[in-house]
Amino acid sequence: MKRVLLKGGRLIDPSTDTDERLDVLVEDGRIAAREHSVTAEDARVIDVSGLVVAPGLVDMHVHFRDPGREDEETILSGSTAAAHGGVTSVATMPNTDPSIDTRSWVEYIAGHESPINVFPIAAITMGRKGESLTEMAELARAGAVGFSDDGSPVVDANVMRRALEYASMVGRPVIAHCEDPALARDGVANEGPASTMSGLRPVPAAAEVTMVARDIVLAKATGARLHIAHVSTAGAVDLVRRAKEDGVDVTCETCPHYFSLTDNEVRTYDTNVRVNPPLRSESDVRAIREGLADGTIDVIASDHAPHSLEEKQVEFDAAPPGMIGVETLLPVALKYLVEPGHLSLGKTIELLACGPAGILGIERGTLTAGAAADVVVLDPERSWTPSREWFRSKSKNSPFIGRELRGRAVLTLVRGEVAFEHEDLAATPDEGDSGEEGDRSARQLPLHA
Amino acid sequence: MLFALGLGEEQVHWTRKHLLGLEGVTRDEILTVLDTAAIFREILERPVKKVPTLRGVTIANLFFEASTRTRMSFELAEKRLSADTLNFSASTSSVKKGETLRDTARNIEAMKVDMVVMRHGSPGAPHFLADHLDASIINAGDGPHEHPTQALLDIFTMREKVGPLAGKRVTIVGDILHSRVARSDVWGLRALGAEVTLCGPRTLMPAQAESLGVAVETDLVAAIRDADVVNILRIQKERQSGSFLPTLREYTELFGLDARRLAHLRPDAIVMHPGPINRGVELSPDVADGERSVILDQVTNGVAVRMAVIYLVSRVRATEQAEDSQLLEGVSV
Repeated sequence: MKRVLLKGGRLIDPSTDTDERLDVLVEDGRIAAREHSVTAEDARVIDVSGLVVAPGLVDMHVHFRDPGREDEETILSGSTAAAHGGVTSVATMPNTDPSIDTRSWVEYIAGHESPINVFPIAAITMGRKGESLTEMAELARAGAVGFSDDGSPVVDANVMRRALEYASMVGRPVIAHCEDPALARDGVANEGPASTMSGLRPVPAAAEVTMVARDIVLAKATGARLHIAHVSTAGAVDLVRRAKEDGVDVTCETCPHYFSLTDNEVRTYDTNVRVNPPLRSESDVRAIREGLADGTIDVIASDHAPHSLEEKQVEFDAAPPGMIGVETLLPVALKYLVEPGHLSLGKTIELLACGPAGILGIERGTLTAGAAADVVVLDPERSWTPSREWFRSKSKNSPFIGRELRGRAVLTLVRGEVAFEHEDLAATPDEGDSGEEGDRSARQLPLHA
Repeated sequence: MLFALGLGEEQVHWTRKHLLGLEGVTRDEILTVLDTAAIFREILERPVKKVPTLRGVTIANLFFEASTRTRMSFELAEKRLSADTLNFSASTSSVKKGETLRDTARNIEAMKVDMVVMRHGSPGAPHFLADHLDASIINAGDGPHEHPTQALLDIFTMREKVGPLAGKRVTIVGDILHSRVARSDVWGLRALGAEVTLCGPRTLMPAQAESLGVAVETDLVAAIRDADVVNILRIQKERQSGSFLPTLREYTELFGLDARRLAHLRPDAIVMHPGPINRGVELSPDVADGERSVILDQVTNGVAVRMAVIYLVSRVRATEQAEDSQLLEGVSV
């Protein structure tokens, strides 16, 4: 029997409103106990005093480029990076090459070897062309947790309507990439002073907001479940807030870059800040933070989008959009949401773990007795600055390289197995309580290692 | 060696290795360019129009977009300064074979080029080049972003015709959204204390244009009535396709400058155009060729201003290199 005892940590489990000092015993891949003082023979005892123990993070929006662009990321490399960031479950977007629109490809992803849980999202339409629906029932049976043509909007409103209806029959959410291509055109920067001064082709906020409005109307009319991906604008937050008040079955996510960076970043022409939707204005960033605080936004997801150096080392408007993020999900949230006091640590963990688990309908995001032992141990306080070398993703296109962040995962358990462990996290056999409680509250982990 | 051209060292305020744009360029720096250009302008009136200043300096002209006037102007400026030049245009180059900008540039640099003058369709392309190359970069137009030497020659001409620009009113008319000239003019003119009004259809005005520190006006007569300078921009014929304009006919009706509208101008106001002109569209032929027009002066001044920019930038680079070689000598001793 394999046992791990996490001793002396602060357990934060938003699924049970828990925030107190509790030991957590993991046995056979499940949570066996969470109590004030647990002793367990033969268990590997890990002293986590001064650290936070939380449900493993669930990143419901990643691009692992597998199949098709394995030079940029694979399911294995992406999963390793995820574990490095404290993420124990991901949902992979289907805009690979080929796209994930048949059972065999869904099975390929769902059954792939990985140190974490990988849940496939399948395409809404064949080849993500926005024309004919995929066999959603079969794809769901094969393991698809949702449907999305992410990367492209479903332009035809009738196709979107039918997709919502059909997916609701199958019991899976439709995850909408809301962007009106006629308004977005070939734009690469948020429309406003930043696009005006940089000369970069503008994308108006309305390109997102009008499509969010359309999809909310369709969700209301069909009664189907709609999840809106990568919300970036104040207008979209406002529409989702009102739709929720109106009883529409809608949820939404935002990404770390939409509450941490503004469109002013494009002034440097650094292609690592080219992303779609584009970085928005200061007032949008404020609205996103408010939406996270008041519950309008349900999830923080990374939209982890690896790109090769060759593809990014070009003119700004020639670079493909996207940035990696599965490893910096937590530290960016801690830096830009928790440190300034916009959100509590508990609320942030809820948005990073419980929220997405609920939307995907996966039994994750909780550490109640009997639950799968997907656990992250994090140091929530320490300020540090990621270097290019720190990342484990195959791609390095992060705008956060060289920026100070806060806190990070030091131990990631998936079904009780260690998926990532910081090398300095001391592990000692259970030789009884050292009797010096809290002596590591000021523990110093060299987090750059 | 570079010589001082009769400009006192204390009057030279220029430490930039590149000229990527006029945003952030100071009043003193702009005045340094204008004063230097004035010296070159005088040389251009001499029977022998050439100075040996940049002998041994190699300049590559990289034009990824078609250009006649700017390219000829730069080439002439380089030749007048006795630099060696080489020309590169996208249509005849390896760009067609899929070579990246970075590779193209690095290959050119491997030929030991000291300076690159670049025209490119992507905003920020010169900034990208400056990050990747050791050579000095002069932006000859990057998409709708900036065209700093055009603005400097515009400003040189304005100063020549209407005097110092502090408090002067300059109105720029046309497709502001797609205009690199407008953006560079705004930065340069604002630095000198001029008041700038942008005028054009709402559809061709960039979002929150006021953030540039300018007034925005859609009525042409209201925009030009009090102006000291009216700078008319070229309207691209293809703007009809993106729903920017219903017809060129209506554009001319609303924003074209003709004799009738010229009557609203102050008697001493001048009319400018960066060229090439769409005669009868944004500018009627009688206005383009009329006594208010300083369009050909702009072209002449363009050579002098580009000589000044090339000279000032290469002066910084020469200083850097001299320091480097002193360092090397120190090491070898």
